Amino acid sequence: MSEKRESKGMIRGIPHDTIESSLPILATFVAILVAVGGIVEIVPTYYLDDAEPAVEGVRPYTPLELEGYAIYRREGCFLCHSQMIRPLRDEKERYGHFSLAAESQFDHNYQWGSKRTGPELARLGGKYTDQWHIQHMRQPKSVVPESVMPNYFWLEETPLDTSKTKARMEVLAMMNVPYSADDIANWEADLKAQAAVDDGAGEDALRARYERKTWENDGVVTTWTDSFTPTPINVRAFDTDASDVTELDALIAYLQQLGTSVHFEEGVDYYHDKFGKPYRK
Amino acid sequence: MSSVAEKDQYNYDIVKFCVITGIVMGVLGTLVGTFVASELAFPWLNMDIAEISFGRLRPVHTNVVIFGFGGFLLYGAGLYMVQHTTHARIAFEKVAWTGVALWLIGCLAVVVTLPLGMTQAKEYHEAEWWIDIILALSWVCLTITFLGTVARRKMSHIYVGLWFFMTMLFMVTYIFVFNGLCIPVDMSFSYSAYAGIHDAMTQWWWGHNAVGFFLTAGFIGVMYYFVPKHANRPIYSYRLSVLHFWSLTFLYVWVGAHHLHYTAIPDWTLSLGAGMSVALIFPSWGGMINGMMTMSGAWDKLRTDPVMRFMVVALAFYGMSTFEGPLMGTKSVNALSHYTDWTVGHVHSGALGWNAMIAIGAMYHMITRMWNTEMASEKLVNLHFWIHLTGAVFYITAMWGSGVLQGLMWRAFDEYGNLVYTFADSVAAMHPFYALRALGGFLVFLGLSIMLFNTIKTIGAVKAGTNTPLRAAD
Repeated sequence: MSEKRESKGMIRGIPHDTIESSLPILATFVAILVAVGGIVEIVPTYYLDDAEPAVEGVRPYTPLELEGYAIYRREGCFLCHSQMIRPLRDEKERYGHFSLAAESQFDHNYQWGSKRTGPELARLGGKYTDQWHIQHMRQPKSVVPESVMPNYFWLEETPLDTSKTKARMEVLAMMNVPYSADDIANWEADLKAQAAVDDGAGEDALRARYERKTWENDGVVTTWTDSFTPTPINVRAFDTDASDVTELDALIAYLQQLGTSVHFEEGVDYYHDKFGKPYRK
Repeated sequence: MSSVAEKDQYNYDIVKFCVITGIVMGVLGTLVGTFVASELAFPWLNMDIAEISFGRLRPVHTNVVIFGFGGFLLYGAGLYMVQHTTHARIAFEKVAWTGVALWLIGCLAVVVTLPLGMTQAKEYHEAEWWIDIILALSWVCLTITFLGTVARRKMSHIYVGLWFFMTMLFMVTYIFVFNGLCIPVDMSFSYSAYAGIHDAMTQWWWGHNAVGFFLTAGFIGVMYYFVPKHANRPIYSYRLSVLHFWSLTFLYVWVGAHHLHYTAIPDWTLSLGAGMSVALIFPSWGGMINGMMTMSGAWDKLRTDPVMRFMVVALAFYGMSTFEGPLMGTKSVNALSHYTDWTVGHVHSGALGWNAMIAIGAMYHMITRMWNTEMASEKLVNLHFWIHLTGAVFYITAMWGSGVLQGLMWRAFDEYGNLVYTFADSVAAMHPFYALRALGGFLVFLGLSIMLFNTIKTIGAVKAGTNTPLRAAD
């Protein structure tokens, strides 16, 4: 083969001999060429308006839900459960309206998953009672006999570690998540209020903060229309025990709000209207 | 390859370390894989222990087989072939050893932290930020050593296998760094720098190109050295290698979007990803054909040489899974296959069929050459081949069956327009397939265990002076 290479040297006018004899030339070509596809496909999603159309109702997680999200991540739930409903007939029948880009805009990182060993969870919120979730986490087979999910009974026995909650909110606020200084300062009161371990003392303040309609992040203010009523925050002892906040409280708080932020209306085409127009008419 | 007078001066110590560590990682990774597969078939195996529950242990399996087994093969085979094809001893040996040590530390850190629940929750990139830094530093060390050695080559041309290896070094640096960008909360938790659709696109740019460059370009580079060397034949076509090298380098990068069909990602991106996925079959098959045709005039070796068999069957699996991939990358097929076990089956036809078999072939080749000996038992190498192949076929066919069945059950409507099955029905239907898959995985584990045993015996015999010296003509 080497004789061939040296005698010709040119491939369709390209001096490949030169390229493959020079480490700097070969390395430069390769370094540039492998970067192209990623740049073309990823960078525009930040600049095209129709990539992530604005939709009313999507708010950051409350401190308790944020801890629930961390538990969801820690246990690797996303390896068996997706959170991305596709616009296919059977998925609409089984799980509800297809997922919108904006619904995961504050998820660092996204939890769409890639595999459904268990069912889709993008619109799990409100589908089952807290009691169902408690029983399901204790022993999945007791409510779904066919289930292959591990037992997570120890979640309700483990007090929630809140030592990182504030830091988590601060980190997210450094990015695109519109937590205000007020939200972060009141993380502990809000967390306890939502789990109903404070005898209802902080509930009104929690609702005022997370059912608000004006959100600000890095100077960008988003205000929802007057006619829009944000989805009420779930406030209760999720594991039925109001004496302490457990990991199960946090996880159920997270699960019970999944997919409930956007209010889908009959007759509104959330898909085809996205080009050049906002989702909502 | 002309006379290799410098052969004695090559640094084999570092390659030996990588090859043995790689085999151990393979045994460990497939053991964990078999266990997590068994957990899905028999959920009581979760044993109510958080650290070994499926969700925490599954990434241990993927990380140990990809970065442990695959990684140490790439380090070992890369450092072996870069010396042989440049006729130069590796450059910056301390840097190389540092890279290898950091990679091992990173892999061990992954094995410890993931069961404790420290995860970035990015598929195939689960390790927390500080482990990412260890692995990235190791990669930089490997890149420096590799490029330094190429710069010291004793001939004008750079061998084609090294082009592929270099492409892998560059692209994996890009994707690993950018996908890993995050803001740490503490040592055990960090938030990705991206959210929602941006995170999804970045993740699958990483995810598919970890396959495309770590597990394809790198391994194709390995193939380009070890197949012609072991068959003692020149590469079939130089032109084909030039053509498929540049097209693979350019095209692979685009196809990650096919992991996100019908999701909230803009349609144009997904269509582009699907189109490029179909186009990718040409460079992929270019490599497969070039490897296969290299066997011209040496096909008889398949009858007598199980190592050759590993390599050729690896190429066959590569051709098969790079045909299946574009198929699954089209939207209509993906509508059925996405979220199902078919994806898992596809990954494993690449991983068990292509990656593991070419890796195992290259490892046997290197062991016999570096210790200048025949394997302690040729029969065990042959047994390993058949056990591995049977295991891979069990695994892949089980996942095809379960994947297609799942997809069809989920979308089945009766004549009144109602869904026929509940989701739980589909879970129950998976049981026999999951059991068969676990058996397939166990056979692969068993095969690698035999390889480890055979390797230990071989090295022991060399040390004791009771081995059979290498008969190979080259």
